[in-house]
Amino acid sequence: MKASPYLVLALVLTVCFTLATGIEPHAATWSNRSKSDNVFGMLFGDGRRLFANQFFTMADVYFHSGYYPSIFDLRDESRKEIVAESHGQTDSPEDEKKEDFLGQPKDWIDRFGRHFRITEHTHLEHMNEREILPWLRLAADMDPQKIETYTVGSFFMRTHLNQPREAETFLREGLRNNPNSYEILFELGRLYSENYRDADRARNVWQLALNRWYERFKLDSEGAKDNKLDFEEITIHLARLENDAGNYEEAIRWFQGAQKVSPDPGALQKQIDEIKKKMAAKTAPTNSQPH
Amino acid sequence: MNTIWALAGVVIKELYRRKDFYVLFVLTALITIAAGMVNFFHDPKIVRYVKDICMLLIWVSALVIALITTARQIPAERESRTIFPLLAKPVTRWQFILGKFLGCWLASGIALLVFYIFFAIITGSREQNWPWLTYLQAIWLQWAMLAMVIALALLGSIISAAPSSTTTICFIAIAGILLVGGHLNTVALNQSQPLQTIFYTIYFLIPHLEWFDIRDRVVYDWGLVSWLDCVLATLYAAAYTGLFLLLTWIGFRRKSLNT
Repeated sequence: MKASPYLVLALVLTVCFTLATGIEPHAATWSNRSKSDNVFGMLFGDGRRLFANQFFTMADVYFHSGYYPSIFDLRDESRKEIVAESHGQTDSPEDEKKEDFLGQPKDWIDRFGRHFRITEHTHLEHMNEREILPWLRLAADMDPQKIETYTVGSFFMRTHLNQPREAETFLREGLRNNPNSYEILFELGRLYSENYRDADRARNVWQLALNRWYERFKLDSEGAKDNKLDFEEITIHLARLENDAGNYEEAIRWFQGAQKVSPDPGALQKQIDEIKKKMAAKTAPTNSQPH
Repeated sequence: MNTIWALAGVVIKELYRRKDFYVLFVLTALITIAAGMVNFFHDPKIVRYVKDICMLLIWVSALVIALITTARQIPAERESRTIFPLLAKPVTRWQFILGKFLGCWLASGIALLVFYIFFAIITGSREQNWPWLTYLQAIWLQWAMLAMVIALALLGSIISAAPSSTTTICFIAIAGILLVGGHLNTVALNQSQPLQTIFYTIYFLIPHLEWFDIRDRVVYDWGLVSWLDCVLATLYAAAYTGLFLLLTWIGFRRKSLNT
């Protein structure tokens, strides 16, 4: 009997398919490879963190529409502007001057070459901020423990791109990879407070963020000192939230907590005084009522 | 002039008979389309990373095509001994050099045109924007830069017998100029003598290929470069191309053709 080659091929394919469906669930547990977070983790190992930093820098390059210093230009590398922006910091004229890394042309080649280069310091705006997102996505895939990636990505999605749902998903992914991160919890609280107007969830998340901050630095006074501005940021947001909710005593308590670490306690005192005035105004009419 | 055009025509035919261009084009297209299909945060309007990747691939592919095509011209003619009947036509050595240069340059131009049409279709379909003049400037400046590269590779091919070594050395030199050339003055200023003078001399001697790279302007939508600057850059490229061709001719004129 002679079997048709098509029949044999069909038989082989059927056997392969049947075996694949049976083996696949078990195959996942055969090696440690399945424990890798993603394909990048499997391919690059810890080397992917280098790529993650590069991709995060690319996001900053895109944010500046290509106006970015090379390794040959002198520049303060302490903080990227996308990070500063996500913390609500804007450039002063002095900062702008500092970022003019090109300076005066050094010779005619340099002068003429600038006609073809990008020589203007700008930031993306009008929803074009979306262009930084691919690099942040890649940075997060390469290094899931790089917390800034999640907070910066979420900030731009929820404030500039009107994508709070995507921002929340991204932050939750970050939280799964970094369960003890107070930075991600703080950003999540801002999303609840500023985008969803859900004061209760924002309060809970910020209080959890504060607990995480205490846990991380309870045995590390140097670290606490270096990160005291994060503490201030969380407590001030909690204070404002309580102030808006009419819980003035709680608001004052949070502001007083922030004052202990703030570089400008005077400004916070003014806010405390204003709340106290509001409290006095609220109680005054009831006190002045005739018995 | 007919002789030069005839020689150039042979080189152009070689471009579409060989597989180099097709392989590079298909690779560029596949990578760009794959990158364009990735969905980031459910936002279909994100486009600059696709432009960035595609432009980079176009630059690398164009350089590879120009270098590989050019570097093998003279060695191949010598190896197959077809150079003898060619020069006996009579074709002068200057015409031979010019014909080879023109052929390689036009072939690179055709390849560039195909690449840029693909680029315009991909990015235009995504962002619904067709800045044709910017693309025209980008392609023209890149083509002008390739003229210098091709002339340099021709010069290299009469010095080195093997096309592979010419290609490799030229590729390294060109990549070096593109990446570091524009910063050599900054580096020089931070050096002590005599290094400072050496760096500055190199800086003023090398052709500044990085001027012709306006990828960032295309990717970040910065608009047009002044047309006067384009003309000046073209003259600069023509001067260096002329210099390299002259050196090639001088070297080739004295060269023994026997392998």
